Formats: sequence, C-alpha cells, structure tokens
Amino acid sequence: MLKVNVISKKFGEQQVLGSCKLELKAGERISILGASGIGKSTLLRIISGLDTDYEGSVNCPDKIAYMFQGPNLLNWRNCYQNLLIFHPNASKDDAQKALDKVGLKDKGHHYPRQLSLGQQRRLALARTFLSPTDLILLDEPFTSLDPQLKSSMLELTRDLLNQSGAMLIHVTHDISEVEILGGRAIEMHGLPASLSSS
Amino acid sequence: MVMADPQVLPSPLSVIQKMAELWASGDLQKHLIDTSIRILWAFSFAMTIGGVLGYVMGRYPLVNAWLDPWLIVFLNLPALVLIVLCYLWIGLNETAAILAVTLNKLPLVMTLIREGSRSASSELRDLAQVFKLSSYQKLRHIIIPELLPHVISSARAGLSMIWKIVLVVEFLGRSTGIGRQIHTQFSIFNITGVLAYSLSFVFFIMLIEFIIMQPLERYATRWRQDA
Repeated sequence: MLKVNVISKKFGEQQVLGSCKLELKAGERISILGASGIGKSTLLRIISGLDTDYEGSVNCPDKIAYMFQGPNLLNWRNCYQNLLIFHPNASKDDAQKALDKVGLKDKGHHYPRQLSLGQQRRLALARTFLSPTDLILLDEPFTSLDPQLKSSMLELTRDLLNQSGAMLIHVTHDISEVEILGGRAIEMHGLPASLSSS
Repeated sequence: MVMADPQVLPSPLSVIQKMAELWASGDLQKHLIDTSIRILWAFSFAMTIGGVLGYVMGRYPLVNAWLDPWLIVFLNLPALVLIVLCYLWIGLNETAAILAVTLNKLPLVMTLIREGSRSASSELRDLAQVFKLSSYQKLRHIIIPELLPHVISSARAGLSMIWKIVLVVEFLGRSTGIGRQIHTQFSIFNITGVLAYSLSFVFFIMLIEFIIMQPLERYATRWRQDA
C-alpha cells in the first residue's frame, strides 16, 4: 500500500507542488500525465525518498525500483555487474534469466558501450525488474525512443509488470503509453501543480 | 666553434661511456633510488591529499568557495618560491624537500579531481540511493570508477611536473639524488656528466611511463576501448 499526501514543495521561493494525494493498493497502476516541467518528476523523487525537503507525508513500501529517462548504466561494468551491483541478493542465474527476458541473452559479459541504445534501455528495464519489488517508478523512460523501439519497450514493460505484480507509478505526457501499460491515468495540472488519485 | 668543442657539446659516445661508468660504479643507481624515493613520497602525498580535497571541493560548493582562492594562489606561485620557503622554514632536510615537491603538485591534482567530481552523474547517485547501495558499494562501483580517468590524468600530468621539480629541490638543498649530481657536474663545468645524469633520468622516466603509467591507464579505461 502506498499513501502520498504532499502539501507543498518549493524550490527556493517558488512553490512547484501544491496538494498531491495518491493512494495505491497492491498491484495497482497509475500513470501521471502533465505538461513538461509541471512537477511530475519532482513528485516521483519525493515518493522515492530522493527529495525529502517538502511538506506532507509519504508512506511508501520498502522495496522500490526506479527507472529514469536515461538508462543510467555503469559504463565501466558489464551487463551482469550492472544488474548484480544493484541487487546484491540476486544470483548470476537470476541475472541471466532477467537478461533472457529482455532479449539480451548473450550479452552478459558485454559493457554498455557495446550495446545499442535500445539494448541499453532493455538492460535498465532488467535492472528495474530483477528483484521482487513492491513499487516501480517509471520517469518517462520511453521518451525520445523511435516508435518501433518504444512500442516493443512498452510491451516488454507491461509483460514484466504482469509477472511482478508490483504497484506502478508511471510519469509521461503520452496517453498512448497508458493504454499499453494499463491502469488509471491522472492529470497533474495548475501552478503550483496538484493531483488526486481519488 | 661550439659544435666542434667536446667540452661544450660532448659526443653521444662519450655521454654513453660516462653513463656506463656511473652505472658500473653504482653512483647512478644510488642517486636514482634517492630521487625515486622522494618522488614516491611526494606523489603519494599529493595524490591522496589532492584527491580527497579535489573531490570534496567538487561536491560541496561551500568548501570550494573557501579553498578556491588558496588553490589559485598555489597554482600560480612559482615553484622556486615554495622550494626556498620550505627550506628556510623547515631546514635543509628530507621533510622540506618532499613537502616542497608535494605542495607544487597538489594544486594540479586538486583542480583535475575537482573537475572530475563536478562532472560525475547525479542520476547514478540517485540510482544508488533508491537501490540502497551502501557507502562502500557507492565508492567502489560509482565514485571511484567515475573519477578514475581524472585520477590517471592528474597522476600523469603530476608525475611530469614532479620529475622537473624534484631535480630543482635536490639541486638547491640535498646532498644526494640526480638533481644534486647535476649541480656537482655543473659546478665543475662537466657537461658530459650533466648530460649523462640527465639522460639516465630521462630513460628512467620513460621506463616508468611505458611499464607502469600507460598499462595502468589502458586497464582503467578498458571499458571505453571495448566499444
């Protein structure tokens, strides 16, 4: 169960977030839509615990996985290490299974620079879903991908979500992504931005 | 004619003969070892202290604001001034010699590591926080690998500076080392001796460069070459 009740978030003197209320039950998915720069990513950072300078409260499960817009891989570590460093309890077999699922079967010993952009995104996806997780946060990970790659990534993400049963908060400004991933769509609007899942 | 006078420009053969003579007597090795020990100490101190200070300056603007004026002063202070002051304040001893070399290299290391620290990815740190990596894991898998190319650059740039400065330090105030021997040969106007010691030192530097520095750099940045 996730319960978010953000009252206010400021950057300096400027208030960027007003009342933001979210409640998610186990396995529930929501997508937050809104214009660029409105504060969607800021809200995700608050939920994940990366930003603690706000008014309000967040009751969040312990096991969270976060996927950013860029793949954010460790370029100096191979694919296995990129998975296992972030999931110390997982075995190499688990890592191999995760790579199999995202179509990177033979790439375990490759460095990220030896992968295409699409493969790098798949590796980031494998990292997100490797260990059992209660909450998955996706911060526009499909932006700037070509239509074909975007479509295959979305379908892959949906399949992995179905297998994991984790709660999902997905930030995007593309309604078509919501149709593929499933779940509710909520719009963030106003200045300071606000939203409510009820 | 300068070109014809072997006193002014000795033949390569006579320089090589002098080098062989110095090697056979054991003088060359003894002074090379003394110089190398000073370099090793100064290099280790400058890399450790400069690395930590540079990293902290890159991460914390307040520390940077406080240390930056000092960094500018030390970056622009002539090496000779630092050497003379160290000898005057501490005395003509090993501590002063090593400190003088360290202080000359320190600002360069701090500057390069600070830039590395500033250019480090904040998203990787965020990722580490979300996935609850320990401080040790962050240091091992993110901070050190990100800084490594900058550390190697500062080590190589710093070594080339240390080679030059350590000889001046020895020239001015030590009784052993290649710099001191160049001073001795200079005082008796023995150009063959000056060249023999200098060239031996250059060969030694090149050996370090090819045997240690370049393989180390290739290893540290192998993930870039594999692309």
